[in-house]
Amino acid sequence: MAIREIVLPGSYIGERKGRKLINCYTEGEKVYSKVLGILKVSEEEIAVIPLAGKYVPKVGDRVIGVIDEIEVSGWWVDINSPYKAFLPLGEALEEFVDLRKVDLSRFYDIGDVIFCRISKVTKNKIVQVSMKDMIARKLFGGVTIKITPFKVARVIGKGGSMIELIKNKTKCEIYVGQNGLIWIKGHNKEKAIKAILTIEREAHTVGLTEKISKMLEGE
Amino acid sequence: MGKKPEIPLIVDGKRIDGRLPDQLRNIEMKIGEIENADGSARVKFGNTEALVAVYGPRSLFPKFLQETDTAIVRAIYNMAPFSVDERKNPAPDRRSIEISKVTKEALSGAIFLEEFPRTVIDVYEYIIQADGSTRVTAINAASLALASAGIPMKDLIAACSVGKIGDTLIVDLNGKEDNYSESDMAIAMLPSKGLITLLQMDGRLSKEEVLELLKKAEENCKKIYEIQKKTLLDKFKVAEEEV
Repeated sequence: MAIREIVLPGSYIGERKGRKLINCYTEGEKVYSKVLGILKVSEEEIAVIPLAGKYVPKVGDRVIGVIDEIEVSGWWVDINSPYKAFLPLGEALEEFVDLRKVDLSRFYDIGDVIFCRISKVTKNKIVQVSMKDMIARKLFGGVTIKITPFKVARVIGKGGSMIELIKNKTKCEIYVGQNGLIWIKGHNKEKAIKAILTIEREAHTVGLTEKISKMLEGE
Repeated sequence: MGKKPEIPLIVDGKRIDGRLPDQLRNIEMKIGEIENADGSARVKFGNTEALVAVYGPRSLFPKFLQETDTAIVRAIYNMAPFSVDERKNPAPDRRSIEISKVTKEALSGAIFLEEFPRTVIDVYEYIIQADGSTRVTAINAASLALASAGIPMKDLIAACSVGKIGDTLIVDLNGKEDNYSESDMAIAMLPSKGLITLLQMDGRLSKEEVLELLKKAEENCKKIYEIQKKTLLDKFKVAEEEV
């Protein structure tokens, strides 16, 4: 069972009945929405998917970050969120590093773009990222663009269909971070950027995949 | 306040702008006027017009201002130099510092601040045109801007002003009424919960009158609340078709 409608902060949703809540709050047994978003009610959970807002780090998310600062034994990474993430030395490299002799900027320097995984978020939102992941890597060259974090799902498409389409048509290398940053490299990157920005702008329209497909072929 | 008006404020049960005592002015609300901001709104109550931009939650510096377990709200209320007949000095004065403080408190009561520790939510309230009840107009706009910025809240905040001219209790005071009425009261509340987040009074009222005015304010806040909800739903209706 899935009912989808727009709810506002403070909208009454229904009785809780022991269900899991996402972006909702309760008063007794009554459930209200916390944010402006799309309502998804099922037998297991009541969830509101926000339509706007800042990216809040969640463990397991794969994000694109930009190295911001170098510490004695790690790096501060800007992950397009109110919170900076820390990349400790142990989570970044496999090899032994003698900190007395080596300057950490030879591994990651300020301004470098990395694709990493969020490994830890504390209650006070102290965020740690890790490079110990199959897909984590340093991204050389290319351009990074920023979109609304809540439209990332649309850019990826169902089962990755949309992003595969753009990758195939433009022959670009593309990494999409869940924080709304997208890294693109390749000869046709202008085309890919245009397609992604169109998706962001027209995320609500029907038949977007065909439109993007036509757009990429036409040029 | 208390001064004698040049012309009578109420004639035959009608106010100077032709409204009935219980009637609100024309209300217009728009969302997303400022593209750079995370959320923004422009609200018009008759000739009073407020433009509000919300930025955040974003990291707060200098670091000693950060609260380790909650976010803070910074509200800045100001009136444009051209908003009133005589030029208003744009520097913050006693009045705008006070209104910044009370609107901040009125808004932060509704926000789930504990979800964003160590951050700040900036609310910039700018009055473009002033014709009475500017602080409630700013709160109404700020509430819309916060909701459209995706900030988690208990409820939208609706605000309205009430007052007294002679023996008549009125709602939504305009500039003239604000200046010459015996008393006026600004109220902000979470309408669906019935909780009051701002209550200020100027002048003299009896206990019965205060209770009567509170009832009137609640009624009108609910009307404003409906307009706020409709504005938000209209703006984001397109998104509904997406899924």
